[in-house]
Amino acid sequence: MRKIIKSSAVLFSVLMMSCGGKEEKKKEGFSVDRAKTTTEQPAPAPAATDTKPSETVDLDNKGVGPITSVNLAAEIDQEMAKQGEEIYSQMCLACHRVDKKFIGPAPKGVLERRSPEWVMNMILNPEVMVKEDPLAKALLAEFNGAPMANQNLTEEQARAVLEYFRTL
Amino acid sequence: MKKHIYLVMGLFGFAALFTGCGNGNQGKGSSGALNSSNAEKVYVAPGEHDEFYAFMSGGYSGNLTVYGLPSGRMFKEIPVFSQFPTSGYGYSEETKPMLNTSHGFVPWDDSHHPDISQTNGELDGRWIFINGNNTPRIARISLTTFETEEIIEVPNSAGNHSSSFVTENSEYVVAGTRFSVPIPQRDMPIKEYKGNFQGALSFISVDPEHGHMDIKFQIIMPGFNYDLSHPGRGKSHGWFFFTTYNTEEASTLQEVNSSQNDKDFIAAINWKKVEEYVNNGGGTKMAANYAHNVYDESTHTATSTMKKEVLTVNPIDIPGAVFFLPTPKSPHGCDVDPTGQYIIGNGKLSADLTIHSFDNMIAAIEGKKFDGEAYGIPILKFEDVLAGTVKSGGLGPLHTEFDAEGNAYTTFFISSEVVKWKLGTWEVIDRKPTYYSVGHLMIPGGNSRKPFGKYVVALNKITKDRYLPVGPEMEHSAQIYDISGEKMELLYDFPTHGEPHYAAGIPAELLAPKSTKFYKLSDNKHPYATLGAADSKVVRDGKDVHIYMSTIRSHFTPDNIEGVKVGDKVYFHVTNQEQDFDVPHGFAVIGANTSELLVMPGQTKTIIWEPKKVGVWPFYCTDFCSALHQEMQGYIRVSPANSNIDLSWSLGE
Repeated sequence: MRKIIKSSAVLFSVLMMSCGGKEEKKKEGFSVDRAKTTTEQPAPAPAATDTKPSETVDLDNKGVGPITSVNLAAEIDQEMAKQGEEIYSQMCLACHRVDKKFIGPAPKGVLERRSPEWVMNMILNPEVMVKEDPLAKALLAEFNGAPMANQNLTEEQARAVLEYFRTL
Repeated sequence: MKKHIYLVMGLFGFAALFTGCGNGNQGKGSSGALNSSNAEKVYVAPGEHDEFYAFMSGGYSGNLTVYGLPSGRMFKEIPVFSQFPTSGYGYSEETKPMLNTSHGFVPWDDSHHPDISQTNGELDGRWIFINGNNTPRIARISLTTFETEEIIEVPNSAGNHSSSFVTENSEYVVAGTRFSVPIPQRDMPIKEYKGNFQGALSFISVDPEHGHMDIKFQIIMPGFNYDLSHPGRGKSHGWFFFTTYNTEEASTLQEVNSSQNDKDFIAAINWKKVEEYVNNGGGTKMAANYAHNVYDESTHTATSTMKKEVLTVNPIDIPGAVFFLPTPKSPHGCDVDPTGQYIIGNGKLSADLTIHSFDNMIAAIEGKKFDGEAYGIPILKFEDVLAGTVKSGGLGPLHTEFDAEGNAYTTFFISSEVVKWKLGTWEVIDRKPTYYSVGHLMIPGGNSRKPFGKYVVALNKITKDRYLPVGPEMEHSAQIYDISGEKMELLYDFPTHGEPHYAAGIPAELLAPKSTKFYKLSDNKHPYATLGAADSKVVRDGKDVHIYMSTIRSHFTPDNIEGVKVGDKVYFHVTNQEQDFDVPHGFAVIGANTSELLVMPGQTKTIIWEPKKVGVWPFYCTDFCSALHQEMQGYIRVSPANSNIDLSWSLGE
C-alpha cells in the first residue's frame, strides 16, 4: 500500500514536471475535484422550502425600522429617481450591482418581491433587520454573512433610492 | 487546648463582624488605600463612561495620549510630532507635510505641555495645543476629530520648553525658548555666549474661528533659560509670566554654573502693551525660515508652507512692557492661581515656594521701585512683590495646580510628594507621598479660572516597583488622588505611555457630544478620492501609477490589478466608502517601505509602493472589519520593466 502511494506520488511529480515546460497552459485539476465532491454531497438545505431567501416573495412584510408606510404614486417621480441614482452610485454600488448578484442582491425587480417599507428599513436599519427580521436574517446567510453596511442615509435619501429602484 | 481554639475562633468571628460593620458604617469617611470605597471611586462599570478626559503629553513619544478619569483607561494615542505607523501618520502622502520643518522632514519630537483652548479664562474644548521641544514647534489638535490639524515651527528658538500655554481667550498660544542661542543663528565661539546669546519668547496668534496659528511677534530677551510659563488671568489677564534660570549665562557645566545665583527671575510680560506697540507698526522684521503645516479636513491632506519673515521686538524699546521678579532659586514651575492674583515660582533648589502678588507687582511698577536692571530690563525688589512663602519642609518643588476652593497643590520631586496648601495663609493642609519622584500634576481645569477640583493626577518620573517588572525599560506611572475632602486620598495607580510631562483635563460632557463619528463622503474633496465604486480606476502617468481604490465591507475595488512594472512608483489612493461609526479599513501591501494605512469612513489616504521584484503580490485589509475580513484582499501583478502588458483592473470578473 505504502509502495503504491509512493510510486503514484513519483508519477504525479513527473507529470507535474512535464507540464511545467509548457507555459501556464495546464489548468489546475484541483478545483474540478472539489466541485464534484460538493455536488455529490447531499444538500444541507438550511431552509424548509427550496426557494432561496433572495427569491422569496413577501410583499406584506414591512421589516423592522423607522418606516411604517410608504405611498408610491402611480407615476414615477423622475427627478427623485435621478437623485436616488446618484446616491446609489456613491453609497451602494460597491456591493450592489444593478442587475446581477454581487456582494449583495441586485436591486432590479426588488419591488416585485419586497414591500417598499421593507426596502427602506433594510437601507436605514440594517443592523437590526439582520437580527430581527427573519427574511433579512436568511438573506445574510445566503450572501455568505456579508453584512449590509449602514451608510447613514437620511430617510429622504433612502426614499429617493427606492424611487430609483422603481425605474430598474 | 480546646478552650484555646474556641477562643481563637471567637476572636476571628468578632473580627469578621467588626470588619463587616466597619464597611457599612464608615463608608466614604474612612481613610487608607485598602478601603473598598477607594476602589469604587475609580471603578467605571463596563459600558459606562469616565467623568473626565485627560490629555497627557507623550514626552519622547512625541505624541499625545487620551485617558479617562477616574478609571485611568487609555482611549487613544494621537500622533502629533512623531510618525505613527498604526494609522500611517507621517507615512501617508497626505500627512508627510505635517512633519516638514526648516531642517527638512523631522519624524520625531519631544512633546511636553498640552493646554486646552479657553474662552473667558474657562476651558472651551475646541482645541488642544502642545509643544515640540526639540525642533521647536507648536501643534494644534482638534477636539472634535482628535487629530492634529496644524503645526507651526518656531524660528529663533531652541528647546521649546516654556510652551504651549494659551491666554484667557486663546488670543495667543505662547512658546518660550529654554536654550538661548545666537539670533539670528551664526557661526561664533560658544564661549562668547554671555551677552551675545538671546532668548525668543514667541506669541502665536490663534484665529478665533479656525484656530489657525501665526507668529504675531517674538520678544528677543537676554540669554537666560526660559523654563516654564503661564498666562495671567482675571485681573492679570494681558500679562504672561516666565520662569528663568541660568541668569548666570553659563555655556558649560550648567549643573553647577547655572546654580550660582541666589535668585533668578520670573519675567513678567505685558503682552497687551507689546501687541499695541506692534499694531502701531513697532518691531523689526527679521528674515527667517520656518514651516507652517496645515491639515485640511475636506481634502484630508496637509500642506506645508515655508514662511520667510518674523516680527521681532526688543523689550527695551517698549517701556513698561517687561519686568524681572527676583525668585529663588532656579525656579521651574510658573503657575498663576484662578483669580490671577498669585504667581507661584517653584525654586527647584529651594525648599520653599515663592508666591508673588500681582497687585504688589503693579504697585512696585507704578512706584518705580526698581532694584537695578538686566540688559535694560527693570528688576523689581523681591520684598516688594512677594506675597508670601510656603514653608513646607519638602524638597525640590516643581509645579502647582489649583482647585476651586482656594487651595493649591504643589509637587516635590526630591521628597516625592504632593503638598496641599492654602492660598493667602500659605499654611500646609496636607501632604501625601507619590510613587515616585513626581514631576507635573494635573487637576482638570486646574490652570484656568474655573478648576473642576475633584481629582489630582500626579505624573511620576520613576516607576520602579509599582507594576510587574518588564525589564529595564518601563512606562511612567500616574497616581490619581481624590481631593474632594480636606485630606487627599490616593485612589489608584496607572501606567502612562511615553513620558507624560504636563497634562490637561476637561469634563467629558464638554467634548463627548461633539466628537466626530465619521467623515461624510459627500464632503470629501481629496483630489484622488474614489467617491463611488464606479470611479475606481488605475491611471499611468509615466512611471507613476495612481490606483483609485475604494473599500467597503469586505472588498477592495479593484482587487486585481495588472500592468504595473518593476521601477514604477505606485500610489494606492484608498477611500473608505463606509458611512458608519467605527468601521475603518486598513490597507497593507507586501514589501512596502512605509507603513499601513488606517482609513476612517469617508476618508482618503495614500501610500506609495515601489515594487522591486517581478511577481504577483497580495494586499489586504489590516483592520478586522467584518466576518469576511479575512477575505478582504487582492493581488497586484508586477511585470518586468520592459514588459508591454497593458494596465487593467477588475473586481469579481
